[in-house]
Order: sequence, then C-alpha cells, then structure tokens
Amino acid sequence: MPMYQPEIEGASRDYLHAIQSARLIRMVKHAYDNVPFYKKKLNEMGLTPEDIHSIEDISKLPFTVKDDLRDHYPFGLFAVPQSEIIRIHASSGTTGKPTVVGYTEHDIQVWADGAARALSAAGCTKNDLVHVSYGYGLFTGGLGLHYGAERLGATALPVSSGNTQRQVQLLQDFGSDFLCCTPSYAMFIGETVRNMGIDPQSLKVRGGLFGAEPWTDPMRRQIEQLLGIQAYDIYGLSEIAGPGVAYSCDGKDGLHVNEDYFYPEVIDPETLQPLPDGEYGELVFTCIGKEALPLIRYRTRDICALIRTPCSCGRTTIRMSKPRGRSDDMLIIRGINVFPSQVEHVLLSLGMDPNYQIIVGRSHNLDTMEVQVELGDSSFKDTIKDLEAVEKKLEHALQSTLNIHAQVHLVEPGSLPRSEGKAKRVIDNRNI
Amino acid sequence: MSIKQLSIFVENRAGRLAEITSAIAASGIDIHALSIADTTNFGILRLIVDKPDEAEKALKAAGLTVSLTDVIAIGIPNTPGGFAVAARALADASVTIEYMYAFISPEQGRAWVILRVDDNDKATVALQEHDIEILGEDKVYRL
Repeated sequence: MPMYQPEIEGASRDYLHAIQSARLIRMVKHAYDNVPFYKKKLNEMGLTPEDIHSIEDISKLPFTVKDDLRDHYPFGLFAVPQSEIIRIHASSGTTGKPTVVGYTEHDIQVWADGAARALSAAGCTKNDLVHVSYGYGLFTGGLGLHYGAERLGATALPVSSGNTQRQVQLLQDFGSDFLCCTPSYAMFIGETVRNMGIDPQSLKVRGGLFGAEPWTDPMRRQIEQLLGIQAYDIYGLSEIAGPGVAYSCDGKDGLHVNEDYFYPEVIDPETLQPLPDGEYGELVFTCIGKEALPLIRYRTRDICALIRTPCSCGRTTIRMSKPRGRSDDMLIIRGINVFPSQVEHVLLSLGMDPNYQIIVGRSHNLDTMEVQVELGDSSFKDTIKDLEAVEKKLEHALQSTLNIHAQVHLVEPGSLPRSEGKAKRVIDNRNI
Repeated sequence: MSIKQLSIFVENRAGRLAEITSAIAASGIDIHALSIADTTNFGILRLIVDKPDEAEKALKAAGLTVSLTDVIAIGIPNTPGGFAVAARALADASVTIEYMYAFISPEQGRAWVILRVDDNDKATVALQEHDIEILGEDKVYRL
C-alpha cells in the first residue's frame, strides 16, 4: 500500500541517519536548556549537549522512567511555556496520579503524520471514511486516529467507543471504509454484526487499524474472517505519542517505527545495555522530533525485538515485533492501562488492608476484571446489606480511579494465594 | 439489654463450615444457637456461644474475620401467635428487624428468639411495654 511520506518512509538509511543525528543534537539541547530535571541528570553524569554529535551518542544519555513523570506531575517535565501547549492527554500512572503529556502544535502534527502513515499503509486514501471507535478524551486512541485521518485527507467519523449496535448501524448506513479500535472491540463488533443478522460481506469496510492492547496473529486472522477485512497493527503509548508511533504494512511482519520522530532502542531490562537486532528486550524511545515533552530514552516496559531486515513493502524504516509482554506488572484491560498498585492505592484510601488479587478474563471477546479483596475485621459488618455496600463502594472507587468496571468479591483473610510471603497479585486467564 | 453474638465472615467454599466449626470445637467453645445468611459468594455465620469473648479471641487467632454484635434475646410462649406479639410490638415502635432466628427454649413451652434490630434501646423499651421477656447474658450463655 502507498506511503504517505515516501521521502521518509522509503528514505535511504544514510538520510535517516542524518535526520536522526541532527534531531537528537537539537532535542538534547532543548531538553537541557528547558527541563531542569534533564539539566541536573546530564550534569550529574558529566554530560553537556556538546557531547552529542550523532545518533550513536544516544547510548551516553540517561534513561527516563514513568515514575519521573509522576514525580514531576503534572507539567514539571514540559520544555515549553504553557502558551505553546495546545493539547494535554493523560493515562494511568502507577498510583492514583495520571501520567500527563503535553503537545505543541508541531507535536500534534508529528503525531498526525505518524497516524496518517499508518492509515496509508493499510490502504486508506482521502476518498475513504474512517470510523474511529477508540474512546475520545484524555485517552489518546480516539483523537490520534481522528487527526491521522484528517491529515491524510480522509473523512474522520468520531464515533468513540460503546453502544455497539449503533456502531454497526453506522458502519452499514455510512459505508465506512476503515474501522479503528482495540482488537477485542473489533471482535465484539464482528460478533454483533452477525448477531444482528447482517452479512459482513455486505459492509463496505475493507480494513482496520487495531491497537492499544496486546493481540496475536491468530486473533488478527479471526478479526479478518469475522468482518471480512484486512487487519493492521497500530502502536503507540501516550508518553511518546498515541497511536502512530509504529504501524504494520502488508508484509505483516512487525511494525514500522516512525524513527524520524521516535528513535527506538531495545535494552536488557536488567543490565540496561542495548541489545542486538532481533533480540527481545525492553523497548526504549527517544522523542527526537517532539517539543513539549522531549523524553530521552523513555523505558516503555514493552518487551519486543527490533527488525532491520528489508521489508517487502519497500519501506526502509526499522520495524519492531509485536510487543509480547511487559517488564513491569502493567495490565492492559479493554485498552486501558491498569497497574496493580492503583488497586492497592484505592484499598488503602478506603482504610482497607491491601490484600487483593486481580483476575482478568475474557468473556464474549471483552476483557473482564475481577478484584478479590480479603475482608479484614475493620471492614467487617454483620449484615449482608452492609457487606454488599462495601463491595459496591469498592467497585465505585475502582471505577473512578481505573476508568473501567471491576467486579469486587470479598474473600476471607489469608485465602488469597501467597508464595514465599509475596502475594500473587494478578491472574490473567486471557489466552492472548 | 443485649447479649453478644459472634459473627464470622465465611466464603462459600466446600468444607469451609466444617473447618470453622472444628476451630470453635478445638477452643472448647459450646455453640447454643446458629444461623447463616448467604449470598452467591459469601455468607455470615452467626453464633450464640457460652463464652463469646474467648471465642472471638480464639477465632481471630485462627485468622478468621470475626466480630461481636449486640443482639437482643427474648423468650416467648411456644404457642400460635407467640412471636407475632413481639413482631407487632417492634413494628408499632418503628423498629426495623435486620435479621432474626429462633429456637426452642430448654424451658417447657417456651421459645427463644435472637433479634438484630436497628435500635436496641428503642426495641428494649417496646418489648418491655408489652411484657415480653428479655433474656440476660447470664441466662443465655449458661444454656
């Protein structure tokens, strides 16, 4: 499928190297001059921006982790004054506080470019209608694809998530050409189409861009069959940019990284040393093309490998494998990032002991989340009514912190499994 | 006037009741009356025992979620309408019964009822006004 920006997507490696080197030099100076956190970090390592001469020097630079964002909540790592910020997004942090990301006008264009390249790689053109079923809001999914579609000149349809029968109705009535959502929601839409007695072949939709949660190739084939479409990957994370950091092409062998904006490395999460191409490790990004939040060597915690062999599609950019896990305990449930520590935080804020277990499952292609909580003496009430109220109160507090519904079940103290005194916090029964 | 009832949180799981009652037996506690409230996932075991404070300590030590609840015990004639008089007295005084359970008294022709109400003082006054016997701790625990 055609490239949206062939001068980059199909550029020579030398040209890409030159762009990356120039941008890294500029970006490190920008971060050093405008973000006290980075100035201090570089000074402590005896580094100045003058030590950066080419992209190879990136390995001299310090890493950035999610907790750094939390420690400077909400805007402490921004490198531009607020007058230059035109958009804020936020996602789950490891505690009650979200991770906040700002964008300048340039940053929004960078992101839109990334998403437009992804749409184009899936065969989308300006003549197409793009049905966006990702959530719109602080979550980057909806607006990311929306701006990408508009950037491409296609027609964006901001349906957002939920009300699946109406989604199907719109797919049918408007003749949408592309569908964008989480892969599990695509499955759910596909089943709803069938349950409504509609032949998927009668729908005009011919392609889909899916991401924001891990999925596998067998699931891709299932979605393709259910909806009669071609399914493509789109990858992003709010700290770097929403969907559009990387995307799959017809080669369907890994995701092309928009490395002119987001420079990828894969490191050993223990030794922090860069790993050779093809080896699995933790994915790290440096935002060499962004102004508002110029993150240096940000550790994504996603586990994947980099692929540098030529791609059948003609694109010359480096590819990343589908992420196959996490180097931390983050869960992705219905496209939402959930940290067990958030659950702990909620329990403690309600005066309860943090003895809990999260059980994730999948029912009718939608993720389910159950939280079992050991009931201590302080929360024990002698009537069913009061205990059910305790469960409801917890469900409500979890919903407002996590932004997804979790069913709460009270269990006896000591009944949750522990190994060597350390509780097993998560049971993930999804086969993905 | 109230007595102490032992309330225990119990997960709905095969064999759990056997384990808990064995722990009670091992502590040398005698159960006089027992009731269970249940939902799909959990239940509350409510017990009248001879030594409630000791029982609470022993069960907490065994790792159970336990509390002592103040309930009212009454003695009524074991004849038709015997309980209706008490229920009416509470209703007229606008006392809400959260839960209750009843058993035959060792005293000939009598039945005992354990009541958990929303207002123990109001309930006591209402029952006394209708000359309904309210049982003290001595009588119930020594059963």
